[in-house]
Amino acid sequence: MKRRRVVVAMSGGVDSSVAAALMVERGYEVVGITMHLADAPPTERTGTCCAPDDANDARRVAAHLGIPHFVANYKSAFKTAVIDRFVADYQAGLTPSPCVRCNDVLKFKLLLSRARELEADALATGHYAQVLDGSHGPELHRANDRAKDQSYFLFGAQRDALAQVLFPVGGLTKPEVREVARRHDLPVAEKAESMDICFVPDGDYARFVEQHAAPRPGVITDEAGAVLASHAGVHRFTIGQRKGLGLGGGAPRFVIRIDGGEGRVVVGGAERLDSRGLRADRVNWLAQRSAGDAVLVRVRHGSEPVPATLVEADDHALVVRFDEPVRAVAPGQAAVLYDPARPSWVLGGGWIRESLAEVP
Amino acid sequence: MRIYLDHNATAPLGAAARDAMLRALAHGGNPSSPHQEGRAARHAVTTARLQVARAVGVSERDAERCVVFTSGATEANRLMLSAATRLLVSAIEHPSVAGPARRRAATLIAVDPHGRLDLAALATALSRGAPGAWLSVIWGHNELGVIQDVAALRALTREHGARLHLDATQVLGRLPIDFAALGCDALSVSSHKIGGPQGAGALVLASGVGLSDEAAGHQERGRRPGTENVPALVGFGAACEALPARLAAMPAVAALRDRLLRGLSGWVQPVVSPAEVPTLPNTLSLRAPGVEAEGLVMALDLAGVAVSQGAACSSGSAEPSPSLLALGLDEGAAREVFRVSLGPETTAEDIEEAVRRIARVLGHIAGGGA
Repeated sequence: MKRRRVVVAMSGGVDSSVAAALMVERGYEVVGITMHLADAPPTERTGTCCAPDDANDARRVAAHLGIPHFVANYKSAFKTAVIDRFVADYQAGLTPSPCVRCNDVLKFKLLLSRARELEADALATGHYAQVLDGSHGPELHRANDRAKDQSYFLFGAQRDALAQVLFPVGGLTKPEVREVARRHDLPVAEKAESMDICFVPDGDYARFVEQHAAPRPGVITDEAGAVLASHAGVHRFTIGQRKGLGLGGGAPRFVIRIDGGEGRVVVGGAERLDSRGLRADRVNWLAQRSAGDAVLVRVRHGSEPVPATLVEADDHALVVRFDEPVRAVAPGQAAVLYDPARPSWVLGGGWIRESLAEVP
Repeated sequence: MRIYLDHNATAPLGAAARDAMLRALAHGGNPSSPHQEGRAARHAVTTARLQVARAVGVSERDAERCVVFTSGATEANRLMLSAATRLLVSAIEHPSVAGPARRRAATLIAVDPHGRLDLAALATALSRGAPGAWLSVIWGHNELGVIQDVAALRALTREHGARLHLDATQVLGRLPIDFAALGCDALSVSSHKIGGPQGAGALVLASGVGLSDEAAGHQERGRRPGTENVPALVGFGAACEALPARLAAMPAVAALRDRLLRGLSGWVQPVVSPAEVPTLPNTLSLRAPGVEAEGLVMALDLAGVAVSQGAACSSGSAEPSPSLLALGLDEGAAREVFRVSLGPETTAEDIEEAVRRIARVLGHIAGGGA
């Protein structure tokens, strides 16, 4: 009987390497593809998407597993869909979430399309998340290892894509994943994790934006509009920020709003950071929900989902009211919804357009 | 059954080369040593040099002086360019020439849509001060297959007192080469395109063409010092000995190439048509409109057919080839170009089966790949 073919997105890291090993264990015909997304600065050898050593690591793992391996050049699409958008979002006063964009465009669209071209039945990645069979089709769920869960970045997967995507490590903890790597003698079993956004390996997002766009200085004001200081660009600020404002002493002040168009950063007291709700657009629904339904909402990757109620919901947009105020909701980030009855289940998500001080 | 259609990338090692190399590997010896072991190795290298000289039309008497062994055509090209103070190159050179040329702000001569050097543009460029300048041109193109009019290039450069270097990497074994009759000043050749091993090549120089001697060693008369890779050079020489059979096979190879093109005529168009311009008998540069070559090459590999994309490689993935862009293709079209290159070993069955598999894969991809 002909084996089912699966394409595994191999970044050279231990998670995707183990994903490939698990698919081989399960008897699939595995094809590894490393996506070349950006040219690493000459000094960076690993830990960025497609630093030369990372691609070599993927190659070595593939050779070790006895599977074909290819490198796919997606630099142009990555630049347009992820990098340019990242820079534009920051300049518009938003706090971007480039990893969501990368998953939406590079993985669920381009790489999945390539997998179909290669007559693969599925695309597997090393993401910590799970796809489970539900009564209405495939469901996206959080990973077993809650600390490693990456479901926040995957809410944009379309339903038909979910039917063809596999997350082999989603049911394992990180220590279990390293154990699988050791069991298979993978060359990357002890490789360190890269923590930053792959195309900004030193984590200096401000400098990255400045290298890619002309400077747009502006002013920092209070809510009444009084100018308190000047700044070198709104991209240096995010909602809730307290440090680096250059405002001197006095009561603590926080960034409460950023007007990208005007280049204005608005500060206020801590109490002004509390949000009662949010509006999100470009929503991707993974389940049927309507106004009045209770949900859990996550407004950034690092925080726990909090209880809320859907106040408005249509095909493209939603408004939620939090049960308790949430601090520092940042437009540009994703708002991802989970089911209160089954909290691992991702109901959908969208892009935060506005933090709401009041929700009717 | 694997069908290998990437002979321009490398050719399978021929039996003659392999047998000669195995003997050389058993003997060892450093050709520079005065003792028996060294002399045997020296003899092996000398023999190889004579074999290469014969293959390119250099006389026995001139072999030691004119044939400089290198690790391959890339090194031969780089060695050649290092000796050129003023440099002109075509817009479609191999990276081993294009890269150094760019770094040295060489004059770039445009090509027509078939990839042939624009002779009028060349004449203009040469007339701006040529004496002592070098023109370096890829004689048979590795991606496009187009063959340059070397007689015309020789005439023009001579007229202006300029020197001519031909990159013959893809020409050796496919077209007859007579260095003396060509009258060019330098020629690069490669072992692994003709059934010899990787790691060997030669820069053939006309008398009067000097290369710098940095006193880094005496081998190759100081021009390319370092202990010779005896087994590889022996293999190169043996492959050159076997060249007549390869050359004789080329008409049949061309017929198979044309058969492949006919078999895929509903799916692909040639970038440079063998019917319109002289091309290497084994090379086809093809485009299936709407199909990205990167995915096609992967799918064909999984289907047991080895072909290639444009030759330029960066960090492991392919970039649209500058040669295709120089021909006037836009980036989107350049990303659709793939290359098929045959060898004397390619059979009619190979081609029939290749046509079937390529058509099936193209059908799948063009049909939405679902």
